Amino acid sequence: MDMSTEYLGLKLKNPLVPSASPLSKNLDTAKKLEDAGASALVMYSLFEEEVREEDDLMDNYLYSQDIGHNEAHGYLPVSDNYQTKTDEYLAQIFSLKHALDIPVIASLNGVTVGGWVDHALEIQQAGADALELNVYYIAAEPDKSGREVESLYVDLLVEMRKHINIPLVMKLSPYFSSVAYMVRELQKHGVDGVSLFNRFYQPGIDLETLNIIPELSLSSSQESLLAMRWVGLLYGNVDISMAATGGIHTAEDALRMLMSGANVCHLCSVLLKNGPGYLAKILAEMESWMEAHEYESVSQLIGSASKLNAVEPAAFERCNYLQVLRSYQG
Amino acid sequence: MGQDKSLIIDGNEAVARIAHKTNEVIAIYPITPSSPMGELSDDWSSAGQKNIWGNIPEVIEMQSEGGAAGAVHGSLQAGALTTTFTSSQGLLLMIPNMYKIAGELTPAVIHVAARSLAAQALSIFGDHSDVMAIRQTGYGMLASGSVQEAMDMALISQAATLKTWIPIVHFFDGFRTSHELARVIDIDDSVIRAMIDEEDVVQFRARAMSPDRPVIRGTSQNPDVYFQARESVNPFYEAMPDIVQQTMDKFAELTGRQYRLFDYVGAEDAEQVILLMGSGAEAADETVESLLEAGEKVGIIKIRLYRPFTAQRLLKLIPRSCQAIAVLDRTKEPGADGEPLYKDVMTAMAEAVMRGDSDYKVLPRIAGGRYGLSSKEFTPGMIKAIFDELKSESPKSPFTIGIIDDVSHTHLEWDASFETSAVKKTTQCVFYGLGSDGTVSANKNTIKIIGEETDLQAQGYFVYDSKKAGAVTISHLRFGAEQIRSSYLIGAGQAQFVACHQDMLLDRFDMLEMAAPGAVFLLNSSAEQEEVWGSLPLNLQQQVIEKKLKFYAIDAYQVASDSGMGRRINTIMQTCFFAVSGILPGDEAIEKIKSAVEKSYGRKGRRIVDMNFRAIDNTLAAMYEVEVPERATGKIEKQQLIPDSAPKFVREVTARLIEGKGDLLPVSMLPNDGTWPTGTAIWEKRNIGPEIPVWDEELCIHCGKCPFVCPHAAIRSKVFPVDVLEDPPVSFKYVPVKGKEFPEGMQISYQVAPEDCTGCGICVEICPVRDKSRSSHKALNMRKQVPLKEQEIVNWDYFLTLPEYKRSDIRWRTMKGAMISQPLFEFSGACVGCGETPYIKLATQLFGDRMIVANATGCSSIYGGNLPTTPYSKDPQGRGPTWSNSLFEDNAEFGLGFRLAINAQKDHANNLIDTLSDDLDEDLVTGFKQADQSDEAGIYEQRQRVERLREQLQSMTGHEARALEGVADYLVKKSVWIIGGDGWAYDIGFGGLDHVMASGRDVNILVLDTEVYSNTGGQMSKATPKGAVAKFAAGGKTMKKKDLSMIAMAYENVYVAQVAFGAKDMQTLKAFMEAESYPGPSVIIAYSPCIAHGVDLAYNLQQQELALKSGHWNLFRYDPRRTEQGKNPLQLDSAKPSIPYVDFAKTEMRFSMLQRSQPDSSRELFGQAEKDAHERYEHYKKLSEITYENEDAAITSKEN
Repeated sequence: MDMSTEYLGLKLKNPLVPSASPLSKNLDTAKKLEDAGASALVMYSLFEEEVREEDDLMDNYLYSQDIGHNEAHGYLPVSDNYQTKTDEYLAQIFSLKHALDIPVIASLNGVTVGGWVDHALEIQQAGADALELNVYYIAAEPDKSGREVESLYVDLLVEMRKHINIPLVMKLSPYFSSVAYMVRELQKHGVDGVSLFNRFYQPGIDLETLNIIPELSLSSSQESLLAMRWVGLLYGNVDISMAATGGIHTAEDALRMLMSGANVCHLCSVLLKNGPGYLAKILAEMESWMEAHEYESVSQLIGSASKLNAVEPAAFERCNYLQVLRSYQG
Repeated sequence: MGQDKSLIIDGNEAVARIAHKTNEVIAIYPITPSSPMGELSDDWSSAGQKNIWGNIPEVIEMQSEGGAAGAVHGSLQAGALTTTFTSSQGLLLMIPNMYKIAGELTPAVIHVAARSLAAQALSIFGDHSDVMAIRQTGYGMLASGSVQEAMDMALISQAATLKTWIPIVHFFDGFRTSHELARVIDIDDSVIRAMIDEEDVVQFRARAMSPDRPVIRGTSQNPDVYFQARESVNPFYEAMPDIVQQTMDKFAELTGRQYRLFDYVGAEDAEQVILLMGSGAEAADETVESLLEAGEKVGIIKIRLYRPFTAQRLLKLIPRSCQAIAVLDRTKEPGADGEPLYKDVMTAMAEAVMRGDSDYKVLPRIAGGRYGLSSKEFTPGMIKAIFDELKSESPKSPFTIGIIDDVSHTHLEWDASFETSAVKKTTQCVFYGLGSDGTVSANKNTIKIIGEETDLQAQGYFVYDSKKAGAVTISHLRFGAEQIRSSYLIGAGQAQFVACHQDMLLDRFDMLEMAAPGAVFLLNSSAEQEEVWGSLPLNLQQQVIEKKLKFYAIDAYQVASDSGMGRRINTIMQTCFFAVSGILPGDEAIEKIKSAVEKSYGRKGRRIVDMNFRAIDNTLAAMYEVEVPERATGKIEKQQLIPDSAPKFVREVTARLIEGKGDLLPVSMLPNDGTWPTGTAIWEKRNIGPEIPVWDEELCIHCGKCPFVCPHAAIRSKVFPVDVLEDPPVSFKYVPVKGKEFPEGMQISYQVAPEDCTGCGICVEICPVRDKSRSSHKALNMRKQVPLKEQEIVNWDYFLTLPEYKRSDIRWRTMKGAMISQPLFEFSGACVGCGETPYIKLATQLFGDRMIVANATGCSSIYGGNLPTTPYSKDPQGRGPTWSNSLFEDNAEFGLGFRLAINAQKDHANNLIDTLSDDLDEDLVTGFKQADQSDEAGIYEQRQRVERLREQLQSMTGHEARALEGVADYLVKKSVWIIGGDGWAYDIGFGGLDHVMASGRDVNILVLDTEVYSNTGGQMSKATPKGAVAKFAAGGKTMKKKDLSMIAMAYENVYVAQVAFGAKDMQTLKAFMEAESYPGPSVIIAYSPCIAHGVDLAYNLQQQELALKSGHWNLFRYDPRRTEQGKNPLQLDSAKPSIPYVDFAKTEMRFSMLQRSQPDSSRELFGQAEKDAHERYEHYKKLSEITYENEDAAITSKEN
């Protein structure tokens, strides 16, 4: 069975790629993922906000310790070996590249154009095979139009493309008026792929303290349908790589994603829940299914049930309507 | 000399560089101003820097200077080249070992940043009181007067001691030299190697103790030989001066810098000569140069080798023409007929005349003078005044210079406006800023840029006030082509550049008094460009006009904010300085600032570098020259610092100190025994809180938590009857108090002291009430201070006039109740959000009117007792805590002494009542005999009895009645408090603490546990937890924190509590009440978040909660009284650790630093710390579960 696929120009031995998660923080688990068959690895994200916060902390507590007291001009000795979050991230790229044979895709979440570019350059230099731009943006300002929000993405990409040579993939949220248009725009400006979709932490309220607390639970298979629809709609309309992410828990979920047009399937919650070795099980089940259904290769599978090639293309867009219609007819 | 590497460093670093290179063991204990020498050595050893033999010196922090000296002695005896650094009391603690080390002819150097000794008061500043107290130990004494000299003499002393076998105290002036940044020529390793004779080292080692060639040393000698043995060392002392001079000569050959045992500077035919040592000699040198130019015949002798004192050599240097000599001592020996150097010179001269081998047939006029105590300024004007005095027929002796002594009339008048020609050859710059705004660090940076990148000489000296929150800094910078010898502050009218980095300081300081005619004045002002001129107080406007100053301004906070720098203005103001001072060409300056920024932050903070760059670029566009009108029209008068309503002493003395004019106070104005009034902090209004809390009286539930947590007693609650309200201000808020414990109609008010609040926001953080329809709104909310200030001043003043609630009616066991009592510790200079002060404040609320405090040296003695104003205060009856600080090491014993004295006087009073019982009312005598003072009602009744007793005594005659009047107050229970930090309790004072706990006496010991030496800058103590990074534990402390509670509990008769006010306030309250009521020793160990933890103290309370949840800290109370009731004395008040240790550790930089610098070791240490936390908890839990059936029954464990 030829399980290979191509993603961002990288030849991958199969379409299962663990997505950004704490699993890549540890070399052992990363190795286990590779051993289980992962064909590439998306690293946990480097958050520019965290880097900034750390900079500020260091500035406050290490570089500006003098409070103007005669007897003390500082309190904490400043270590020359101090490893910043950025140092740690770049070192992890280096370590992963040395420990693993599979491609390593770094992931970056920036907040400023300068921050995106600076960190991306460092990541590129550290040897990452590709870079996923984890655009975690909540368009909360009422006076910012959808058009403006879209141009933020495009402008960022344009700026990045000027400086970055390794493949760039943009991880998007589903909250665009026109996801398809957005992806086309990005393609037009040089993105190598998109990853659909980002899952956000959602604010919760602690009923006792009334404090807002961030909450994120593991995904379920049900959620994968959102990405599947959009991958299916986009397939054939764009000629960039597509990664499906969010809710892929079983071989069946993955097969559906591929059929709708994804080049790779990202796994996260399922591995956090069941351990890195679980990837092998999904992969094996995919293979058996493909064998049982007489498929020869993943490339055969990709996009085979996308809107372009589906039995009922309209269902991708109007499944509610169709369901109602059928119920009625039935 | 062209290739010599120059450095910009301070005296401490200059000395430490040599000490670290030439020693194998360094045993130290932190003490200001010498601490940086130990810290730097530790940094260098941690970074693997080697000495000249290729080894990394072992740096060990001891528990006291006494301990350091013992370790030094041992290490020397066992053959390692060993040194230490110290100052002041630290040096005194070393004296016993110094006799031994010298007595055994052991080569070693102690580098001393010379500092005042604690006498009528402690002082951290520089003079020679400490080194003059070790003259008799047998150590050689070598003085240096500048940063370069300190570096050079450090090496000369190390080389000479190895050759002479006589140990040397190398000393330089604390702060003036130890902390002065100056340009020095570095000493290359090859020079150090050439100076240290390997043969000497071999000999030293050969004399060390070794079982391979056993000897016995330190014997006990009898009358038959001790004396002779003591005299056996004389040849070594006789040989030493020559050897030191040879060492100096060798040093000169290697470096070109020639020193002599005594250096003469001046006219060959000088008629007046001054002898002195230390940094004052530099100012004198500079002054002589100017006086010679003016045709005066004067000279000075700089004393370098003070012990052994070679009189002959010294006298030879005095020109034959000399008619009068002044010998200056920077110390005071009360009762002596002269200070040490004076007496040495006088003796030498007298002996020479007596022998007839002097040029003098009769003694010249010799006067002894004292100067410069506690870093008192010693200026050219003063030096000239001494020369002038020497011209008179009978110069005053002893004299003082630099003060106005209107009591003993010792002082010489001086011309403060006299300046030397050095002023013309140098650029003088003065900067006013706040400790927190980075002014000092920017200036240090500026000096480095100028000193290291140009050929200019540079000097920086920094003056701070004594506050930890909102401290004001004044930086004095000099630049010039020639060597800078000005070891004094820039004087009035001398500065070519004056900068004010905080416009709030404009009306506090007369800063333009410093400006020279035509100088540049730079102001950071938030005012609009057209309003800047108007924002200057009238007197400053006048000076700008009169002195024809060029006036520049910038809104640096705006530039900082626009550049993403928040409120950090240091780089911006530095850029302005370079732009307008003209010291460096504009572009070059900008480039150099940028490269300095790059060097500081480097790759680790790229964004910060970029922000700084942006700020630098934005600065030039934002700075503008202010157009100066022809006439001053300012409406703002200089602020009246102290209102007329203040007590006389505060108006006449304290006020001068606050305005920085304390130097001008004459001797008669100062208390002669160190006794000062309490309650003065209330008069020093500092307005440092940008925001203050605003009370929502409708939401508030009157829980009392906000006054409880406030570190500065700036928010208060008071309960009062409605009918006392007379004409309250319109905006004064009060509501009927909630709770059945208060009589009908009582009102409560929560009021903030708007000018004293530091804006930490902890009160808002603790407030448990939220608005039901707007959760962000609490019963307290922070709001901008400026718009509220005037209104709240009126409200606060009114609040103060309301009566205090009667103490005997307060329900002390509730937070609400306890917190309506008046805090008698208020508005201290402690850090914003300090974790210690709430405990002290609580103690003063509960027991303040009968409290006597022994306070160990440290943060609590600085914010508690550092002038100008102090926070301990009085109640309306005039009672309140009485406070004293003895030393760092003896605080427990000091406090025990209080208890003994109180008991003695109480017993005396009771005996006198017995004696006089026939003349006193019977019910009164019975009342005293049966008095129960276990609660406030009982204490109130006892006070009433004492009052009646006094009335009756008035009409009685006889010495017993008079004696009883003198001690009657001791019949009222007194509360003895022994307060200090962990450095005291766990380390230096532990021996005494242990003894006092074992004494069984009724004292209350409050250990403010910040887990690190806070006041001296974050050195490790035995309270420092495992995994925390601190000075001397740069790689994270590997040992567990000492369990002081467990040690205390082992005595079984000690009340012990561990508390954390932010985690469980009621437990803290309970522990304080129980501890005080326990009639034996009580120890409260109080968790105190500190800035040294590397955490924003706005989160003080959260950190305490995390500490508790992670098991880092446990709460419990051990009350020996419970055993008598058949109960287990130990009550555990905190739950099992419920979060991973790392979840606490990662929130504080002291721990997270290790995670980032040594991740593997941090994992290991945090893992252990977590295990320790669980084990400790389980251990305490098991102890608390042991069943105590009754007093006599055997103790059985539940498990059995």
